[in-house]
Amino acid sequence: MQKPLHWREIIITRLIQASGYSAILFVAAIFLFLMREGLPALGEVKFSDLLAVRWYPIEAYFGILPLITGSLIITIGAMLIAFPLGIATAVYISEIAPRWVREILKPLVELLAGLPSVMLGFLGILVVSPFLRTALDLPTGLSAFAGSLLLGGIAVPTIVSIAEDALDAVPRSYREGAWALGATKWQTIWRVTLPAARSGVLTAIMLGIGRAIGETMAVMMVTGNAPVLAITPGSLFAPARTMTATIAAEMGEVASGSTHYHVLFFIGIVLFMISLAVNIAASSVVFRAKKRAERILS
Amino acid sequence: MDKILIDSLSLQYADGTESLRNVSLAIPEKAITVLFGPAGGGKSTLLRCLNRLNDLTEVRASSGKVLIDGENVLDPKTDVIALRRKVGMVFARPVVLPMSIRGNLTYGLELAGETRRSRLDEAVERSLRLAAIWDEVKDRLDEPAIALSGGQQQRVCLARVLALQPEIVLLDEPTSGLDPISTGKVEAALQELKKDYTIILVPHSVQQAGRTADHAAFFLQGELVEFQPGHGIFTNPRDKRTEDYVTGRFG
Ligand SMILES: Nc1ncnc2c1ncn2[C@@H]1O[C@H](COP(=O)(O)OP(=O)(O)OP(=O)(O)O)[C@@H](O)[C@H]1O
Ligand SMILES: [Mg+2]
Repeated sequence: MQKPLHWREIIITRLIQASGYSAILFVAAIFLFLMREGLPALGEVKFSDLLAVRWYPIEAYFGILPLITGSLIITIGAMLIAFPLGIATAVYISEIAPRWVREILKPLVELLAGLPSVMLGFLGILVVSPFLRTALDLPTGLSAFAGSLLLGGIAVPTIVSIAEDALDAVPRSYREGAWALGATKWQTIWRVTLPAARSGVLTAIMLGIGRAIGETMAVMMVTGNAPVLAITPGSLFAPARTMTATIAAEMGEVASGSTHYHVLFFIGIVLFMISLAVNIAASSVVFRAKKRAERILS
Repeated sequence: MDKILIDSLSLQYADGTESLRNVSLAIPEKAITVLFGPAGGGKSTLLRCLNRLNDLTEVRASSGKVLIDGENVLDPKTDVIALRRKVGMVFARPVVLPMSIRGNLTYGLELAGETRRSRLDEAVERSLRLAAIWDEVKDRLDEPAIALSGGQQQRVCLARVLALQPEIVLLDEPTSGLDPISTGKVEAALQELKKDYTIILVPHSVQQAGRTADHAAFFLQGELVEFQPGHGIFTNPRDKRTEDYVTGRFG
């Protein structure tokens, strides 16, 4: 007997396969393009000059260190704000809030997560930085800290939304097990529910970082965009400039093929590497947690 | 002596289900009292009233009293945390907490403020022996508890409850997911335990009810149909519905 040909099956499988491969293809193409346009920078500018502390392309100073430190300090500041706030909000929504509050808060948070960041940039310029200037008595409110606040605000809904799903997925029986042993609500959250949701909570944090590092518009609007080396704690309250903002602001007016152009792409490569590293770190943590769980459950 | 006196207890969940209807029952100390009957009879609900675990579910209305050692534990002024240490509970599906075996055992004690290492170690060994699992896990106390087999996990859960030195142990179908050998081990452990503890067991079958019961109560749709001290309920049921159920003619 002949095996019947399932044409429909075959076509659908091929289509799905093609979309899978095209995702890989796009990433590879982007990467190659970045490399082609960015690597020549290494031939045109000495590596030690790239790692210098002065960014002033008009006079051929291409030190990208201020931009990297600017991105880092703003992102780290944002995470210090977003982690505790995001996790605490997720815990509140999933574990503490009465049902009607939860039913209002959940969609609201999801809505916030989809808010265009330019709108938050407005808020930053009109409200946050003037407030910081007067409250902290700074020469200008346009500072790394304002950027951190905004980025933190942008990352919080992402973190809340994913962490809340993870907490919600912890079986009720875990909590009851702890309650029955005489644990209070808070002890149960801290020692049982959060650890059980660990891998989901970590994913939430990593995606939050991803969202913050890649963010451009909002930070460009409120950080003052001064490319100064940010390595002292005081730098948090001074103007700063990020890698993404630099690329966005300067790419439009640079001559294609010039050194400046190549260096901007080189910054793109650095950015790509950093997000790659964050992603690999995230997935290896999550993967390890998953593998253990799978081994244990089988 | 009666350890627990349940006095016209009724309970209605938020969705309107009447899960307990005017239940009155006296539970003798240091014996195994079995609550059995078909699904939805209110057995779990009754157990969860005894340690106030129902506080955390949405209950619409409840009335009546539960006296443990003469004190009404349903009184809003009751210290619920202390109550739950005195009235331990083992669930149908073993819920080991996401920590090591030792961590599972000491968790409750640490919550109760015990920090002395020697006391904790002592409690770990004592309670694991009582739950008849010491020999199987003594060399791997620091491994994650979730790596144990289901039957071992269930005995760890029992040990975890015993570590708190409760006076009453509630078991809600503790062997429903276990193989016959593990089931036998749990039942044997219960026979030892009843010398010191008041045990209330919801069995997963009539056979288990018959094997383990010192006293038995039959529940049907939120109602206590019949309670008899001793084995009478299986050999000489007074109510027709009980008779149908224990002889397998139910339905
Ligand atoms: N959290 C809850 N909310 C609403 N109704 C509930 C809840 N828990 C139980 N019930 C209902 O209460 C009734 C009694 O349930 P209970 O779990 O006490 O029965 P049971 O005798 O333990 O049954 P089983 O043998 O299936 O475990 C059932 O009709 C059930 O649907
Ligand atoms: Mg039940």
